[in-house]
Amino acid sequence: MTMTTSPTLLRADGITRSYHGAAVVKDVTLGIREGESVVILGPSGAGKSTMLRCLAGLEPVQTGEISFRGTRFAAAGEQPKPLRGEIGMVFQQFNLFPHMTALENVTLAPRRVRGIPAAQAEAEARDLLVKVGLAEKVDHYPFELSGGQQQRVAIARALAMRPAVMLFDEPTSALDPEFTREVLEVMRALAAEGMTIVVVTHEMGFARRSADRVVFMDAGQIIEEGPTEETFDRPRHARTQHFLAQILAH
Amino acid sequence: MSFLDYVFSATFFQSAGITLALTVVSMVLGIVGGLLLGLVKTSSVAPARWLANGYIWLFRGTPVLLQLIFVFNVLPGWGLRFSPFTCAVIALSMNEAAYMAEIIRAGLLSVDRGQRTAAHMLGLSERQILRWVVLPQAARVILPPTGNQFIGMLKTSALASVVAVQDLLLSAQRIAAANFDYVNTLVAAAIHYLVLTTLFTLAVNAVERRLDVTRRASARRKGPLTPPVMPATTGGN
Ligand SMILES: Nc1ncnc2c1ncn2[C@@H]1O[C@H](COP(=O)(O)OP(=O)(O)OP(=O)(O)O)[C@@H](O)[C@H]1O
Ligand SMILES: [Mg+2]
Repeated sequence: MTMTTSPTLLRADGITRSYHGAAVVKDVTLGIREGESVVILGPSGAGKSTMLRCLAGLEPVQTGEISFRGTRFAAAGEQPKPLRGEIGMVFQQFNLFPHMTALENVTLAPRRVRGIPAAQAEAEARDLLVKVGLAEKVDHYPFELSGGQQQRVAIARALAMRPAVMLFDEPTSALDPEFTREVLEVMRALAAEGMTIVVVTHEMGFARRSADRVVFMDAGQIIEEGPTEETFDRPRHARTQHFLAQILAH
Repeated sequence: MSFLDYVFSATFFQSAGITLALTVVSMVLGIVGGLLLGLVKTSSVAPARWLANGYIWLFRGTPVLLQLIFVFNVLPGWGLRFSPFTCAVIALSMNEAAYMAEIIRAGLLSVDRGQRTAAHMLGLSERQILRWVVLPQAARVILPPTGNQFIGMLKTSALASVVAVQDLLLSAQRIAAANFDYVNTLVAAAIHYLVLTTLFTLAVNAVERRLDVTRRASARRKGPLTPPVMPATTGGN
């Protein structure tokens, strides 16, 4: 479902993020279109997580600016303006609230941020938990759930704010292999129903099947980007070729 | 008279009430002050951190008895006149805040950074993150040492007797001096203190159990013990 004509939802323009003077993301420009699913690939330390955190408004940038639906929310030299759940994020370590049940995790933000009445928030949360295959687990605490189940609760929690885009930072890297599939399946379903997703992952199978576009990063820069098949089958840049050859050999 | 006559006398009950009130009020104010100091200590504003550290340095580095006598004797000279009870509350709670600040800071730092990040991405404000995400988790770390502080305060509050607060110790001393009966009056006071510290310990244990999610989870399984914070729905299995 490549949607080259749909409007740009999220756009980073020449952003740089440095720690102690060392640029980890260097002058990166990237636009995410509505309905698109983008996979970000690259070796460890390439700056993928940092770039995703910038897109999420979690990191101040030293150059450039980032806008959501055309409105700038982050720019050089200022603290990013907090969004209200329009950008959802899913983390490698799930980061579920351990003192709350799955249902409470999902209803917290709709109730407190949007002021949705408890009964309505719960009904919506139940629907979301059903959607991620956890109808049976609504009243379970995170410690009672497997990693894969926790990550699916985390996805439902982010979806509860009805975000326009979902960012995933290696959502399956902390999972035992047997739980990876169920999480990727949920993400694939999301992409299929038109949700805009940006995923940092090492799961090449997922990238090939679900991504409209892949972005290859190395040393803080975007080395190459393009439609999934084309980029996988005919990478232009030597570093992309090397990376793909290595990762596919495994 | 035997010590039991003293234990059950109206004077002892009244003064135990004063000891209890002094302890609870000083602790509550000390916790509020400690929370503010703890938040400032974990803030990114350096001058605010220095002020908090200076406060803690001052109040932990000097005897609480000195602070109490200072409040009682020096503040009136500055036009601040308070009852002995209020003076004791001021001194004890300001001192307590310095200790609670460290306890609360440790609790706040024990909560994983990812928790704040996740809550922030969901659109929660800083205050909501503190209220709904950080404090409930920090509470499990903060509570046990706070229980100890409570019991410590129950005993430290006896210092208030030196500024003429009619607490357990002062009552015991006055009756002892009048009746020449130190043994029975002091034993009676000790019994009152022991009852209070024991009750406090039980209360702290009860709250700790409430904060334990593993117990909450198993309570939910059994059904009737479902705590009120949870929706009245039955879970899986
Ligand atoms: N908070 C930080 N302070 C200092 N350096 C950092 C910080 N966060 C990341 N870095 C550095 O920035 C570089 C890029 O990190 P980043 O986590 O973005 O890479 P990545 O592509 O996500 O790697 P991985 O695949 O291992 O997750 C690394 O060299 C890392 O050490
Ligand atoms: Mg990373």
